Amino acid sequence: MKFSLEWLKYFLETDASAADIAAALNRIGHEVEGIEDPAEKLSGFRVAKVLTAAKHPDADKLQVLTVDTGEGDPLQVVCGAPNARAGMKGVLGLPGAVVPANGMELRKSAIRGVESNGMMCSVRELELGEEHDGIIELPEDAPVGQTFAEYHDASPVFDVAITPNRPDCMGVQGIARDLAAAGLGTFKPVEASEIVASGECPVEIRTDDPEGCPAFYGRVIRGVDNTKPSPEWMQRRLIAAGQRPISALVDATNYLMLAFGRPAHVYDLAKLSGAVVARRAKDGETVEALNEKTYTLDDTMTVIADDNGVHDIAGIMGGEHSGATTSTTDVLLEIAYFDPERIGVTGRKLGLASDARTRFERGVDPAFLDDGLALLTDLIVKTCGGTPTEVVRAGTPPTEAKTVKFDPELTERLGGIAVSQDEQRAILTSLDFTVGDDWTVTCPPRRHDIEGPADLVEEVVRIHGIDNVESTPLPRRPGVALPTATPLQQVERKLRRAAAARGLNEAITWSFLPTAEAEHFADGAELWVLDNPISEDMKAMRPSLIPGLLSAAKRNADRGADGARLFEIGRRYFRGKDGASDEKPTLGVVLSGEKTPRGWASGKAAKFDAYDAKAEAMALLEAAGAPVANLMVMGEAGDQFHPGQSATLRLGPKNVLARFGAIHPNTLKAFDIDGPVMAVEIFLDAIPAKKGGGFARSAYSPPALQAITRDFAFLVPADLAAGDLVKAVRGSDKKAIVDARVFDVFAGQGVPEGKKSVAVEVVLQPGEKSFTDEEIKAISDNIVKNAAKQGAELRG
Amino acid sequence: MTDLAQLQSDALARIEAADDAEALEALRIEFLGKQGSISALMKTLGKMTPEERQEQAPKIQGARTAVADAITARKEAFEAEELERKLATERLDLTLPAPEAPKGSVHPVSQVMDELAEIFADLGFSVATGPEIEDDWHNFTALNMAETHPARAMHDTFYFPDRDADGNRMLLRTHTSPVQIRSMMKQGAPIRIIAPGRVYRSDSDATHTPMFHQVEGLVIDKDINLGHLKWTLETFLKAFFERDDIVLRLRPSYFPFTEPSVEVDVGWKDVGGRRVLGGDGDAPGHGWMELLGSGMVNRRVIEFAGLDPDEWQGFAFGVGVDRLAMLKYGMDDLRAFFDGDQRWLDHYGFSPFDQPTLSAGVGAGA
Repeated sequence: MKFSLEWLKYFLETDASAADIAAALNRIGHEVEGIEDPAEKLSGFRVAKVLTAAKHPDADKLQVLTVDTGEGDPLQVVCGAPNARAGMKGVLGLPGAVVPANGMELRKSAIRGVESNGMMCSVRELELGEEHDGIIELPEDAPVGQTFAEYHDASPVFDVAITPNRPDCMGVQGIARDLAAAGLGTFKPVEASEIVASGECPVEIRTDDPEGCPAFYGRVIRGVDNTKPSPEWMQRRLIAAGQRPISALVDATNYLMLAFGRPAHVYDLAKLSGAVVARRAKDGETVEALNEKTYTLDDTMTVIADDNGVHDIAGIMGGEHSGATTSTTDVLLEIAYFDPERIGVTGRKLGLASDARTRFERGVDPAFLDDGLALLTDLIVKTCGGTPTEVVRAGTPPTEAKTVKFDPELTERLGGIAVSQDEQRAILTSLDFTVGDDWTVTCPPRRHDIEGPADLVEEVVRIHGIDNVESTPLPRRPGVALPTATPLQQVERKLRRAAAARGLNEAITWSFLPTAEAEHFADGAELWVLDNPISEDMKAMRPSLIPGLLSAAKRNADRGADGARLFEIGRRYFRGKDGASDEKPTLGVVLSGEKTPRGWASGKAAKFDAYDAKAEAMALLEAAGAPVANLMVMGEAGDQFHPGQSATLRLGPKNVLARFGAIHPNTLKAFDIDGPVMAVEIFLDAIPAKKGGGFARSAYSPPALQAITRDFAFLVPADLAAGDLVKAVRGSDKKAIVDARVFDVFAGQGVPEGKKSVAVEVVLQPGEKSFTDEEIKAISDNIVKNAAKQGAELRG
Repeated sequence: MTDLAQLQSDALARIEAADDAEALEALRIEFLGKQGSISALMKTLGKMTPEERQEQAPKIQGARTAVADAITARKEAFEAEELERKLATERLDLTLPAPEAPKGSVHPVSQVMDELAEIFADLGFSVATGPEIEDDWHNFTALNMAETHPARAMHDTFYFPDRDADGNRMLLRTHTSPVQIRSMMKQGAPIRIIAPGRVYRSDSDATHTPMFHQVEGLVIDKDINLGHLKWTLETFLKAFFERDDIVLRLRPSYFPFTEPSVEVDVGWKDVGGRRVLGGDGDAPGHGWMELLGSGMVNRRVIEFAGLDPDEWQGFAFGVGVDRLAMLKYGMDDLRAFFDGDQRWLDHYGFSPFDQPTLSAGVGAGA
């Protein structure tokens, strides 16, 4: 909310500077987002008198003026305003001054060949109003040579963020009250002057929706003149508040709202017919609002209507057709109390925001209907003339005062600050609370935010000074702090650093994807799709980490990167029990582009292959504590992967711990990225927790005797998985064979069609005694026999 | 000169003059071989009288040793020369680049979350988590934001069309605060947690992204007041930024889930156009930066979480993790956090060995 210092001082007697006031506002919870000093904007402009005005020799619409600036010789100024004439006083911008409205810096220049030393300014050019038909005309007594900022008495403007719990401060008066309580001056409440009413109000006013509109007061003013603008002092305040002056009648209601936080409405009586009633809208009923948009209403919404239809979306926005215009002569004033919740619901349903709604949905002062109406009447009569009728009242506002049983010791218990009981009482009283001897506190009805004792603690503490709270150490347990990470957190932290140590860069990608990309990786799962995404590219929650990383890899490639090795640890989003989500912790890896660049030693650049993906999968699973020796390499990595160059890693046939491999060319195409690209996805929730605690490792001492190695070259069916052969070999003697490793795979010349040659190095570890030749032969025979069961024959 | 002395001196001279290993070997055979001249002299010892032998043996032995040593020395010299020649042919141009291992990195957000976990572990806080796809009861209602509460509308919430079994609207959590509710409901009190994680708001410009990271702090116990909140935030920020001159300014504010509510500003100093935290924000060349939202947990929230607000009270706070990372490590564009640009990650990412520890300081130097 914006307001000028001058306006604030109308409600607050104070000598405090703008800076002090801003500091106090911050201190008591009204955050100052900015202070604007219009004097700065108006520097370089001064009061000047036009001495002579002559036609420009080369331009019909221009005049050449000589202007007295109060010092030195008169200046020659070229001016296009029709009202410029000798003898008038106006505002001259000197070279160097910056025109507030357009940021243009004035310079000495020649206009159509005639030297001009400045500019006579219009109201709009100085951002003092909308008027732009001519230059500003100052009164005869304006002192020539005075800076215009000084003459205009430009006042600093505060921009304050009012928190939603304080609608009472959405008017300057409320802010003044708070500042006075904080010791910044004396609060000067503005009393409504006595209205001399003449006659009964001719319009019947009713509330047929006492729930939505508990109170509806009104009065007619006859014979107003809405053709003149509102008075200068009012315009000035409205402009400072960022409110454009519109017409005297509209300005008066805006003024009431900004000064007192009290929205009201003015109807053109000529446009109304019959009783004016607060009622529920009928389903499908429409109204054209002041913003010239038509809204379709439903029966939960409160409206103000007459015999002809809806004239006002209650508490939110008036109707286009019954508003005041320059030809309006008789008006009906409306001041009502609307149910805050209903206003909020209606506003959200209609997607319609307004200053009135902001105040009504937070709660206006229910005890300020009569005074508000009197103030508005007074403003209108003083500006537009006219004769007010008596007030008609329908319903009653909920003004019953809330009481809170307060314990002043709670201030220290909750706020951590000792404030004497006298001071607490004084603070609450200055904020218009009534404090009983037994500390029963009666709240002013405008303070909808006070629900209980904690709120009163906040009132006391914020006025006393919340920054005065002393730091108090949290009690801590004796000794060294205990470890806190859960097993999953430990795994994630370890994995993150293991992956980075392996040369992968951690990325964080969006949790949401374009629906098509999410569908591509959904594997039949029902996706979570946003109702109101910020864009179509951020619509469906990711069922896999790979698409986000693929897109990142593509962006890198598009920017000329040779390759990308990215990983991410995050969640995949699935459907859980009872409509909740099931969010699975996951690690994704994408390897794209060059694995190694071309080099002097290695020649061409190398691309990644599926074994690189396997290496990451295995190493990271090991880092995560998975029993990697027991993992089975199986198929079904998913349609997004190359069917022949991808696999799953499983612990048992069902439990998939990871998938890895080359991305399917169709997937690459869908993501518009050049291949080959490898990916890994590790499902952290599938990794079994390590059993047992303790730190001691199992007992071990290195064997005294040296291990021996034996090589076996087998001819096997071309489609036999090498892993199966190795498994068979290893299983031949679980005690003696401690390792079996494929060191050569070959097919082609010298190997029969349909076969391949696989060479395995077997490591045998003797125990207490060295192996005898017979023992080694027996082991070898067993290896060959077991391999034969897989269709392998020993090569001659 | 005796014959023997003459023989020895000739032999040594010829060994010295030998041109190569082959010539040297010939000399070895000539002098020390089975038929060699010195070997022949050795054989004469057997036929001598003991007296003669006693006199001659040391001389002959000495000549033999001298010749043998000279041959060995000359041979080693030849070998050394040979090796030198060989090595000279094996020269490598070591200005050529060695094979490079890719350098991986940890994302600044993860690094900062690890730092937070480390600092708060020392203060007795554990790390709690909760779902990112939340229901509106946990995200709003239980945090004292009823359906009609204006603050709800201020959250720019992403909604799903779905409802859970209790009829609650599903949404993307707008803050980490629902973890407060879940943690209190699960663990009861007393409780000290931080809850870092992803949060979502429908907002996108230079300083806002629709997804970002927050960390929530919650302490529920007996006799916890605003002073403890202030101390905790001061202690945390001093440890996080590793500076003792962190100054906080508490400002009253409003959050539906706390009462009283406090916004926390931190003093900063202009250092070459950059805002560096530290010092009193009111001092010349300084200013205040809004950093955290906090307050005493609203008793309604404690009630919603199933605890007795007359028995338990405490504080909560929330702060942007990305923001903390930017302030500490100097990034200025939030959007780059979520772009996965290899160059940015190389530049702003952290070594895997920068594991935050209290003993080494939680921060990683530039």
